[in-house]
Amino acid sequence: MATKSMGDIEKIKKKLNVLIVDDDPLNLIIHEKIIKAIGGISQTANNGEEAVLIHRDGGSSFDLILMDKEMPERDGVSTTKKLREMEVKSMIVGVTSLADNEEERRAFMEAGLNHCLAKPLTKDKIIPLINQLMDA
Amino acid sequence: MDTLVAQLQRQFRDYTISLYHQLFWYVKGFLDDQFTELKKLQDECSPDFVAEVVSLFFEDCEKLIGNMARALDQTGNVDFSLVGSSVHQLKGSSSSVGAKRVKGLCVTFKECCDSQNFEGCVRCLQQVDIEYKSLKAKLQDLFNLEQQIVQAGGRIPQVDI
Repeated sequence: MATKSMGDIEKIKKKLNVLIVDDDPLNLIIHEKIIKAIGGISQTANNGEEAVLIHRDGGSSFDLILMDKEMPERDGVSTTKKLREMEVKSMIVGVTSLADNEEERRAFMEAGLNHCLAKPLTKDKIIPLINQLMDA
Repeated sequence: MDTLVAQLQRQFRDYTISLYHQLFWYVKGFLDDQFTELKKLQDECSPDFVAEVVSLFFEDCEKLIGNMARALDQTGNVDFSLVGSSVHQLKGSSSSVGAKRVKGLCVTFKECCDSQNFEGCVRCLQQVDIEYKSLKAKLQDLFNLEQQIVQAGGRIPQVDI
């Protein structure tokens, strides 16, 4: 990321590259649109296992991974742990339901998340994290 | 033609506001701020974004309500965790599109599942079914109004909730 201007998404010179991991097609569409609206590009994975395969096969590199918690095949906690074992350095943001209790959120964070956000995701929730990436 | 556009735009504004705000203290609005967030994401490149998203949501509702009905139909052998799982998914979807009443009902429904309250679950299922169909009809009316405004040569007004 070339710029250090806080909150000025339009100045992103390199396209923000995001992996969206969620089993809900509705969430995938909405989150893709949010990323596009803030100037990024995105790829999707329908579950944690797909996310792991994307990293294993393609050697892909993402600036940001949005990780849903509850998914079939491999859930968000297990996927995050696995990606960190694979030395994936991307910012991983967990996306949790408000129904999740403090213990569940803590376990998700301890798996290797950088941040945790509650659903539903909005531009306003994502933008401060993008700024962090830009300033890093 | 201008008068028609102005009338339609007024109708659109009033109708949109009525979907968000409760008329009486005991009646919740149909929509919350998340619907507004979806509207903000709609642009010239994706002019039907909101309609597409809500269409997916209503497909989700039909599928999940069907799952719940089948699970509750297993008299004497109801798998409440299965019902609860579908309720959890519906709560997530309704939260994602701003379907306030449906989301609220899912909270009560989940509590009934967790306490294995069969009658409560059946009641909640009926209410969820009524609410999503009601929201579907109202949003269809809203989208029809939008179309009428555009066809009459007008622009969709920005409505501040």
